[in-house]
Amino acid sequence: MTTEAISVRIPARGAGHDLRAIKVVLHREMLRFVNDRTRMASMLLQPVLWLFVMGTGLGSLVRGSIPGVDFRTFMYPGMISMTVIMTGMFSAGSIVWDREFGFLREMLVAPVSRGAIVVGKCLGGALVATGQGVVILAMAGLVGVPYSPSLMLTLVAEMFLAAFAITAFGVTLAARMRNMQTFFGLMQMAIMPMMFLSGAMFPLANLPSWLHALTVVNPMTYAVDPMRHAVFSHLDVPAQDNAALNPGVRWFDFQVPVGLELGLVTALGLVLMTAAIARFRRVE
Amino acid sequence: MDTGPAVAVHGLRKNYGKVEAVKGVEFEVAPGEVFGFLGPNGAGKTTTISMLCTLVNPTGGSALVAGHDVVRERDEVRRNIGLVFQDPTLDGYLSAEQNLRFHAELYGVPKGVVAGRIRQVMEMVALWDRKDAKVMTFSGGMKRRLEIARGLLHSPRVLFLDEPTVGLDPQTRSAIWGYINELRRLEDITIFMTTHYMDEAEYCDRIAIIDHGEVVVIDSPEALKASVGKDRVQIHTGDDARAIEALRERFGLEAAVHEGAVTFAVPSGEEFVPRLFAELGMPITSVSVSRPSLDDVFMSYTGSTIRDAESGTDAMSWMRTMARR
Repeated sequence: MTTEAISVRIPARGAGHDLRAIKVVLHREMLRFVNDRTRMASMLLQPVLWLFVMGTGLGSLVRGSIPGVDFRTFMYPGMISMTVIMTGMFSAGSIVWDREFGFLREMLVAPVSRGAIVVGKCLGGALVATGQGVVILAMAGLVGVPYSPSLMLTLVAEMFLAAFAITAFGVTLAARMRNMQTFFGLMQMAIMPMMFLSGAMFPLANLPSWLHALTVVNPMTYAVDPMRHAVFSHLDVPAQDNAALNPGVRWFDFQVPVGLELGLVTALGLVLMTAAIARFRRVE
Repeated sequence: MDTGPAVAVHGLRKNYGKVEAVKGVEFEVAPGEVFGFLGPNGAGKTTTISMLCTLVNPTGGSALVAGHDVVRERDEVRRNIGLVFQDPTLDGYLSAEQNLRFHAELYGVPKGVVAGRIRQVMEMVALWDRKDAKVMTFSGGMKRRLEIARGLLHSPRVLFLDEPTVGLDPQTRSAIWGYINELRRLEDITIFMTTHYMDEAEYCDRIAIIDHGEVVVIDSPEALKASVGKDRVQIHTGDDARAIEALRERFGLEAAVHEGAVTFAVPSGEEFVPRLFAELGMPITSVSVSRPSLDDVFMSYTGSTIRDAESGTDAMSWMRTMARR
């Protein structure tokens, strides 16, 4: 055994220290994910079922009305967002888990700002979810989406934004929660309607006005639409089918541009992350 | 570096609603000291330690740890303390070394010394050969040792140990005390610990006995034992109530039932026993005489043994649980 103790002098807190904290919280998120194969597989199962079972079944039913497009191609961007959203939420939920198993305490008593921990958690969750989305991205060819590098890059970036916003949402929810069951109950309750109303499963064109109103206020709509837009711009789709399947989002008479949609998602993510930090500061 | 006390506490109070968990405690801990907080569960030990560790805000009073105020200079305090909680706070899915690395990054340990320091603290608790194993495969004792190593990683000036040996087998308990003694030899560190094991309190330089949220007495274990000065006699009889009465009438002794035996204190127990048998006037089935221990110190200052005090709180919390249903 060494007899001379290595003495550690911790420097005063600074930006560099907070950055290290963000990085290590993020790094842990990745380690946990990579170590948990079961979780990876279970997160993939649902979108794959929707895409290949539901999509194939429904596709044969609607083939007549959209002759130029495979229904699965339509669903594909929706299923990417579904994967990303579920994985992101799950990552956020690990905060509740950490609280139950005590590890959150180790983080909260450290001489770093709560902000650094929350930022690390949000970015970590977003990266993990994007990684999971890339697996779905690899299936593009199976549903007739071309592997164009520009499309893939656009989708990865859009996935990351969506994942970041949803993780921030999940962290805000989890900030005060003490029980895993409650979190997952709430998560189901929040995610199902958001999925159904986002255009992930059916096109948002020609909806009754009440349903249209709900889809417009649903934040997830603005995460799904840019991805669909990206996919359809790389396909050769007849104009009339494109209008039916990829109508975009309209606020009254205003066609919301993709840039604004992405801006909204980013802004929402930042607002939620700020809220999460505020909630963590008050926890004691 | 300042040479003031490692911990200085003045009139520290904490209320939870109407319950006064800590009622204005005062004490100082010198640098390099091993200071023990001794008391039954529910006496206010954990609340006090939580305030010193900046986890709970005091209702009143002040506390300085390593020269910094626990409320106004929270980060400064946190940088200078190491914590080992009663409940584990490790990530079971990470390896032992990954857990320590996480801690080093979070505490901003300079990059150049991280690897060496991790190895050093892990060797100290004899876990270096298990560094790559996932923590969830560790036994309770190994986890506690790893937590102690982690608490030391950033060279804190004060190490807080909240019941560091609770729930561990005797062998692991003595191993942990071995590390603590080794630690005092190697590093310039003050140790503040809580315990409700009397035999462990003897390892401390000084002990504060805390009961019902108040510090009853503070002194070294030897001085405390000397202050009691009497041997403890415990007898088993067929009729405890009659025995207590007989002790009062014939010897003028105040006795009470503790741990199932009629218990009282006399100056020299061995010499008293023959008289006891001759004069009590009722059969005695067994007798034991013990030199004063910290248990007796606790009893003489609080009027109950630590186990009695605990079964009291347990019964109360049980009743509260039942009432809530």
